[in-house]
Amino acid sequence: MFDFLIQGFGVALTPLNLGLAFLGALLGTLFGALPGIGPINGIAILMPLAYTLGLPAESALILLAGIYTGSEYGGRMSSILLNVPGDAGAVMTTLDGHPLAKKGLAGPALGLSAVSSFIGATIAIIGLTLFAPLLAIVAVKFGPAEFFGLMIFAFASMSAMMGKDPIKTLIGAVLGVLISTVGVDSGTGVLRFTFDMPELYDGIDFVVMIIGLFAVSEILLMLEHAFRHDQDGEMAPIGRVMVKMSEVLYCKWAILRSSVIGFVIGVLPGTGASVASAVAYTTEKRISDRDNTFGTGDMRGLAAPEAANNASAAGSFVPMLTLGIPGSGTTAILLGALMLYNINPGPMMFREQPVVVGGLIASLYIGNVMLLLLNLPLAGVFARVLQVPRWLLVPSVAILAFVGVYQLHSDLMAIYLMLVIGVFGYLLRKFGFSLAPVVLGFVLGGLMEENLRRALSISGGDVGILFQSNLSIGLWIAAALVVLVPMFAGKLKAKFLPAARPS
Amino acid sequence: MPHNHVSKAKGFHRWLVAAVTGGALLAGAVQAQAKPPECIAPAKPGGGYDLTCRLAANGLQEAKLIDEPMMVSYMPGGIGAVAYNHVTGVRDDDPNLIVAASTGAALNLALGKFGQQHTVDDVRWVGALGVDYGAVVVRQDAPWTNLDELMKALKKDPSSVVIGAGGTVGSQDWMKAALMAKSDDVDPRKLRYVSFEGGGEALAALLGEHIQVFTGDLAELKPQLDSGEIRILASLSEERMGGPYADIPTAKEQGYDVEWPIWRGYYMGPDVSDEDYQAWADRLKALSETESFAKLREGRGLFPMAKFGEDFHQYVKDQVADFQQLAKEVGLTQ
Repeated sequence: MFDFLIQGFGVALTPLNLGLAFLGALLGTLFGALPGIGPINGIAILMPLAYTLGLPAESALILLAGIYTGSEYGGRMSSILLNVPGDAGAVMTTLDGHPLAKKGLAGPALGLSAVSSFIGATIAIIGLTLFAPLLAIVAVKFGPAEFFGLMIFAFASMSAMMGKDPIKTLIGAVLGVLISTVGVDSGTGVLRFTFDMPELYDGIDFVVMIIGLFAVSEILLMLEHAFRHDQDGEMAPIGRVMVKMSEVLYCKWAILRSSVIGFVIGVLPGTGASVASAVAYTTEKRISDRDNTFGTGDMRGLAAPEAANNASAAGSFVPMLTLGIPGSGTTAILLGALMLYNINPGPMMFREQPVVVGGLIASLYIGNVMLLLLNLPLAGVFARVLQVPRWLLVPSVAILAFVGVYQLHSDLMAIYLMLVIGVFGYLLRKFGFSLAPVVLGFVLGGLMEENLRRALSISGGDVGILFQSNLSIGLWIAAALVVLVPMFAGKLKAKFLPAARPS
Repeated sequence: MPHNHVSKAKGFHRWLVAAVTGGALLAGAVQAQAKPPECIAPAKPGGGYDLTCRLAANGLQEAKLIDEPMMVSYMPGGIGAVAYNHVTGVRDDDPNLIVAASTGAALNLALGKFGQQHTVDDVRWVGALGVDYGAVVVRQDAPWTNLDELMKALKKDPSSVVIGAGGTVGSQDWMKAALMAKSDDVDPRKLRYVSFEGGGEALAALLGEHIQVFTGDLAELKPQLDSGEIRILASLSEERMGGPYADIPTAKEQGYDVEWPIWRGYYMGPDVSDEDYQAWADRLKALSETESFAKLREGRGLFPMAKFGEDFHQYVKDQVADFQQLAKEVGLTQ
């Protein structure tokens, strides 16, 4: 049964393919670390190169898959060091990763995220090897109604983040949802809030959104500090560099739970690393944040989204390899790359192309080990990036991001839009809003609306469809539980601490 | 690649330098607007337009019809309108630039979605390299074994069948369903149509029994057809296609007069000189006649199509006029 895997290791362990896996891991880490250049652009840039070099299909796929998984590792770096997410899956990593760096724990934070990424990816790759065909059958059972239930659950879990200021979290999330309504309406094709600007027809690009919100607003804040001559760096000196075993063990349940969550969400077509890491973070906060330390530099709050985004990257290969349906934006490009080689991924691929499938899965195992070995020692090296003054570092990163965004759009409008969003993000931060709920509202809101409308188109307007399958009922119950249980727990607490009453 | 030798960085400086040069190289490689030929994919990487550009880029290079490799750049936004504005306004006379287009672009022009001021004659349509055809697809265990049975069910109660595809109302995928309905005097607006984000998601919804009929494209369905998970009730082509599709009847031969070709082609700026325009038309024509290209086109899942130069321009123009008529008939425009 596992012939394809044995054959695959034979393919993946040839010197050429080992070298390509390493190159992919290295470049992927770099692409992920540079804000604005995520896995999608990385693969788009290298795809023609792989083809022009005349690499065989399995080698090209090994290189490109290395870039994909590598960039999920790399995306965390600027999240932790600069509070600027490197790609979509790394937004949640900023929440506890950057506070850790501020405490002088940048090295251990990078190390821990490498270890969580490794464990998350490993669990997901094992899941992919053992259960791919089975999971594919379950994944297609997830229809619009079930996706809507999942989004309700995700929004309900977000109430976990309402720690300090529930109203502002709520407003932030609603703003995100509002921004997600810009563009061609996905059902009827009607233009919404586009003001006759064709650049807005497709909605606001995710990369433009996060670079604007995080990087541009960061620069504006820094400018303000410089203008008023206050101390900008409350950054503690860099302490120890390596992550301790005890710290990893402290996070073990967070990592394991989030790996499973990330893998399952990755398998579902249409949801990727951003949703996976968001659900993993909020779930983990609900389960284990007893002392309200999440958001202030809790190791578990870093480990959870990191394990989840890597697990979802591996999970998104399941629908691609078994159904020929991309599980994420990045696997959609990998599908395109395979088509250049006259390979149509789909139900027959395991049988017709065992060398390609086996080689790919084997190279995921190998690449993952490489990435751990590459990233652990580098944690100390990258942590020292913080010694570069922030007034130099953040603008440099922003320039790279601008170049990256322009390269992807070939259009100045995208840059202007990014600047406008940056000013918006700056104002939000001045008023004490957290940016993560805005981004989550933006990602989840779009998916929620689309799937609600699809479900209602299917049923002809009958709301009953939302509660028809066991899957959706389960998700509704889970959503109700995450909101109600802490409320009652909170009421008991409120008797002693009236100020801590959650809304 | 400059980065692969930097495996053991001794300081972060080297990494920073590698990162900066890496980023600059990436940007430079795609942006440099020198002489090499360029193809703009008016979408994000990885979609159909990306592959259309790569079809030309890889094919022309393998056939040695261009001296330097063709660059592929991306200009997403406005379902292609941003690129259309760009080529009609900014790079209107660039002799080295082609832009990927398809039937979808003609439909958007017909519906005025590229802006009311834009017409089909604002650019020069230079050639098409391949074509796919619409297909009416159901699951293997569906109650309908041929198109006629499905159409009878639709005629009896249009809202009894859930149809889904990868585009909004007014998109190509919707038009296929609407034209099917219209061919049997069913009001397209009474259809129960669900739009998904791309054909892949719609196919997943079909396999997961969330929708019953999927109006997709023929060639993209080959893997699922091979594995026996789906049944294609009709291809929306003039005649039966060959090879693995030989057993699939056309809609026409089952008595429903609907055709939906999805061509993959290119346009150039309005002020490109006649010589340059003709040179590109000849180049694409020469490419379409090589043997290596036939393999490439097949791999991309496209059937042969050969229309170049003024011939192709006229074809697109006629198609846009047809679409305007159809849009009125199915109730999209007044």
